[in-house]
Amino acid sequence: MGDAPALEANGLTKVYGSGHTEVVALREASMQVRRGEVAALLGPSGAGKSTFLLCVGLINPPTRGRVTIGGRAVIDGPRALGDLRRFRREHIGFVFQKSNLIPFLNAADNVQIMGELIGRPAAVARRRALELLDALGVGARARNMPTQLSGGEQQRVTVARALANQPSLILADEPTAALDSTRGRQVMELFRDVAHTHGTGVIVVTHDHRALDVFDTVYEMEDGMLRPATRSGVEASAGPAREHRLLP
Amino acid sequence: MNLAVRDIRHSLGRFVLTTIGVGMLLMVVLGMGGIYRGLVDDALVVTRGVGADIWVVQRDTRGPFAEVSRLPRSVVDRVTAVPGVRDAREFVFHTIQRERGGRPLRMGVLGLGWPTDKGEGLPLIAGRPLAQNHFEMIADESLGLALGERLQLGKDTYTVVGLTRWLVSSGGDGIACFTSRDAQAIQFDEPGESVRLERQARRGRARGIDFGRTQPSVLERASGLSGRIAALPGPAVSAVIARLAPGADAGEVQGIMDGWGDVTTYTADQQEELLLKGSVDRARRQILLFRVLLTIISAVIMALIIYTLTLDKLHPIALLKLIGAPNHTIVGLILQQSLIMGGLAFAVGYVIGLELFPRFPRRVLVTNDDLLRVAGIVLVISVFASLLGIWKAMRVAPNEAIG
Repeated sequence: MGDAPALEANGLTKVYGSGHTEVVALREASMQVRRGEVAALLGPSGAGKSTFLLCVGLINPPTRGRVTIGGRAVIDGPRALGDLRRFRREHIGFVFQKSNLIPFLNAADNVQIMGELIGRPAAVARRRALELLDALGVGARARNMPTQLSGGEQQRVTVARALANQPSLILADEPTAALDSTRGRQVMELFRDVAHTHGTGVIVVTHDHRALDVFDTVYEMEDGMLRPATRSGVEASAGPAREHRLLP
Repeated sequence: MNLAVRDIRHSLGRFVLTTIGVGMLLMVVLGMGGIYRGLVDDALVVTRGVGADIWVVQRDTRGPFAEVSRLPRSVVDRVTAVPGVRDAREFVFHTIQRERGGRPLRMGVLGLGWPTDKGEGLPLIAGRPLAQNHFEMIADESLGLALGERLQLGKDTYTVVGLTRWLVSSGGDGIACFTSRDAQAIQFDEPGESVRLERQARRGRARGIDFGRTQPSVLERASGLSGRIAALPGPAVSAVIARLAPGADAGEVQGIMDGWGDVTTYTADQQEELLLKGSVDRARRQILLFRVLLTIISAVIMALIIYTLTLDKLHPIALLKLIGAPNHTIVGLILQQSLIMGGLAFAVGYVIGLELFPRFPRRVLVTNDDLLRVAGIVLVISVFASLLGIWKAMRVAPNEAIG
């Protein structure tokens, strides 16, 4: 997939229902995320942020628009790649608000399973899982079940799982919502490090404006419309952010 | 990585308890089959044990296992004289119930054709065959009699000289073997008062006829032993069993005997069929129907358990879908759990059954064929039970893991 952007989303529109019950959740949303770039997506509740992630994450395809991941057109209007689930497990990593670990697998197994799902031998997937957990500072907790991990540790394991398939794109939906500010910032910095180290594009939906300096790009979403964040918009909602990352 | 095993390990206690519960249910399914087999085997143990090729019974009856059959002892000599018959002996079988130690003692009384048959062919587990033609008996252990124990039946006392195992009648009563004379003595035993009254009655009847009045010796004879009165028949036997000479044609032998007019003959196979279609048939069908019901109930319960286990896993299943797990991984998770539960439950049922079945009052005979059949049923039930869970899992959307 070479140097192609991690994600190109063009004119994504998502409509739920029809007639009187029709709700337009996304309106012509477009975004480009380069490899190694960390993008924040801001916006009030109900603005359509999660819907956008579900669309580009191939979980809930858009009604209209085009999604290209790692240079490969996955969704183009009504046409979609045959096996979206397979593409998802091979090219996309997910991190969500709740830790979303499989409760009957320990930390290492939760990461290892991702490797096995993309066809790696169990031993190789295990080795890679342990390396990732070590790299993310939770190697010592590899044998612990999710309920034995703190919120921050759970999120680190989730990030490790998201990295296990060496994805082109990581989608994170409010990953720090359940964490205190210190741990929240640590997780955001983790995304930045991961993106820069692994060349992965990362989109983080967040309400936490205190960590916006971590991101390379910031987008805002309101009423289903997506646009690069302006200084006034961000400041109005959360105070100053790093100037060079915002559009004038 | 086997997700089914990991999930089981995660909630091991619940899985073990559930499996034991299903296992006990399967034990009952296995037990019902065993009771059925035991019933059939018990019914046939006597007919097979005596080794008869042809059963000769009272004309137009279905033999001693189906109804009352009475033949004069002389039929033994007639049968022996038929070309193709190697030997023949009387068969006496009836059920009695006495009291021993304040508890009912119910037994099948089987007469052995002394001296041809002393019980060498019986499944002896202790003691010896009969060694004299009176006052010895071989008892099945289910009767609770000990070797050397003496038991009064009628006017005589019999000593237990041998013990058998699983020699029971089609009704499940333990069988005791005597010489046929002793068996008849037990069957036709009458109290002394009854004998005296009968002799007086005979004397009275003799006085009422001219012959009795003109011949005083007739009156004397009439009040004597019944065995010495030529006009009275000897004790009847239930049937006569014959063994054929090597190379003899059973059809031809039967043809000769059927021409006599006072007997009906059956081959050993026909006798077994009569037995199974007669006294055992209803019980057999009842057990079969009950077994089918239990199998259906087991299937429904297993399906509900697997479905509930799947409901508990909907979030992890949605998560697996979200991270891109293919359907066969999710189907495998549910199906393997169902198969593991079915397999372990079958093993639990078998092991518990091994311990429990010998304590049942009637024989529970579990054959290898039955085990294989039930294992097959468990396999089908397990697959069927998982279908409901799989159906539910397939309907889970990946975004349910997020909400």
